[in-house]
Amino acid sequence: MPDLTEKKTAGKIPAQATVAVAAKPEKPRSLGSDAWHDLIRKPIFVISALLILLLIVIAIAPGLFTSVDPRAGDLRNHYLTKPDYTHFFGADWFGYDLQGRSIYARVIYGARASVVVGICVTVGVTILGGITGMLAGYFGGWIDTIISRITDIFFGIPLLLGALVILNAFTSRTVWSVVFALVALGWTQMTRVMRGSVITIKQSDFVTAAKALGAGTGRIMFKHILPNAVAPVIVVATIALGGYIATEATLSFLGIGLQDPTISWGIDINSAQKVIRTAPFALFFPAGMLSLTVLAFIMLGDAVRDALDPKLR
Amino acid sequence: MGRFVARRLLQMIPVFLGTTALIFFMVHLLPGDPVAAMWGDKAPDPVQLAALRHQYGFDKPLVGQYLDYMGKLLTGDFGTSPLDGRQVIDKITEALPVTIRLALFAFAIEIVLGIGIGLFAGLRRGKAFDKGALVFTLLLISIPVPVLGYIFQTIFATNLKWVTPTVQDSNDLTQLVLPALVLGSLSLAYVARLTRTSIAENIKADYVRTAVAKGLPRRKVIGTHLLRNSMIPVITFLGTDLGALMGGAIVTEGIFNVKGVGNALYHAINLKDGATVSGFVAFLVLVYLAAGLIVDLLYAVLDPRIRYA
Repeated sequence: MPDLTEKKTAGKIPAQATVAVAAKPEKPRSLGSDAWHDLIRKPIFVISALLILLLIVIAIAPGLFTSVDPRAGDLRNHYLTKPDYTHFFGADWFGYDLQGRSIYARVIYGARASVVVGICVTVGVTILGGITGMLAGYFGGWIDTIISRITDIFFGIPLLLGALVILNAFTSRTVWSVVFALVALGWTQMTRVMRGSVITIKQSDFVTAAKALGAGTGRIMFKHILPNAVAPVIVVATIALGGYIATEATLSFLGIGLQDPTISWGIDINSAQKVIRTAPFALFFPAGMLSLTVLAFIMLGDAVRDALDPKLR
Repeated sequence: MGRFVARRLLQMIPVFLGTTALIFFMVHLLPGDPVAAMWGDKAPDPVQLAALRHQYGFDKPLVGQYLDYMGKLLTGDFGTSPLDGRQVIDKITEALPVTIRLALFAFAIEIVLGIGIGLFAGLRRGKAFDKGALVFTLLLISIPVPVLGYIFQTIFATNLKWVTPTVQDSNDLTQLVLPALVLGSLSLAYVARLTRTSIAENIKADYVRTAVAKGLPRRKVIGTHLLRNSMIPVITFLGTDLGALMGGAIVTEGIFNVKGVGNALYHAINLKDGATVSGFVAFLVLVYLAAGLIVDLLYAVLDPRIRYA
């Protein structure tokens, strides 16, 4: 398996270089700005980026979208109260849940947990995996052996299973316990990507040139190798982000992720499954928002991959 | 070939030891005492508690417990659950056939539908079928498994009444259709996308042009040349996926009431039954490692350039 990823990245890097040079002979663009030029012309990228922007605004300031308290339950508005679809942004727009809480307000306030978990886990695994992958790929030898064997060990544990075991150790779980569990289990994926990428870049002529000019290890690593090796990591990280959000919802659904004072779509999906026949809307709206969020991040990842990986065009 | 397999088997040993150690310590550092839990809300009798703790070896330091456990594991003894006094291996052999059936069913759906959709989409790149397939797979990837499970349950069982909403008899294959479809759907989408990318990339390769030029029938060009060469990334994914299907069916098994490994594991984790959890995970890790080895050997079958000396 490592051979395959190496072969893939090996073919990719020269292709990017030639494309960047051939596209604009008068003013060569960097890979980053080249990718950006491609991206803003893509409707899929624009749509998903706007969706994500909206989600982030919802996550930061849910009060802008509803004035209803998502935790205030009024048992007169029991789940049999059907949604009133003409009341845009009203408390009863999406109906009420089992305890008479506004589903619309809960859907809005639930965005925060998902966005925070998704972004924090992605940043965490990228930093941790990036550093370990860089060390393993650059130094090789026994450092590489130790790091690679550790990633092998973590690869043997299925994500959901490992998260169940870790989260069980917390008596009260917050967003941060979920982030911790997912980072602890997920970083090795990034280590592998980064390691493969660094190994190919390390052999480039410009690295040898930098060495010949007397650049120190730190300078070669961060100024020369890192900017050239980071593209595959960014691609895998963006695509994985949607997956982490789905995993958080699945864990909360199983009752082992977030807990009640925190509002999470996963918890709401779990409580709505009991009334799925009488009040399908209680399941539909949190589930729909969750799917839309995951969809937006996966579409973004797809677009970023297409822009950074010209081989797939 | 023999040497390669031997080397791979040797490499598996540290990984197996590391993974089982990691899970063992994580499980046993959990707060809560399975022996004290036998008394429920009542205060445990100290003499009996000490005797039981001694019987299950909980009075030893954790490292000692781990070494004992590994020693027994090597002789095929997966331990005894302190909660019901049953052998963990009995629990595994009881749940395993159901999960194997479910996982293989889901696996077959993945392979047939995933590779099929991917192949046609890759061959007709940019056409309506390709675009439809991209949207379809994107939707499958985006809808989380619990949601998809309830959607399928509502549509096919509650409304259309084609199948029963939950599985009554886990040995009846026809009842496993719906859970297998839900279980396989996420990977189906990945398999379809990987196949499509791989086919679209390889269709421009020189060997395909040569095969067409020498007048081979289209079926043969696609079947023996194009598809076979495009399978390596797909096989890599399928290999890791088989392991994930075996252990990751927790949600699906829960929704459809399938009495398999995922269900047993979930209950064991909730009951803080460390022996059962460690036993199941150790077993699943073995399955996972074996799947990885089979994938490596399949590379050589698919691509004659890969030789294991």
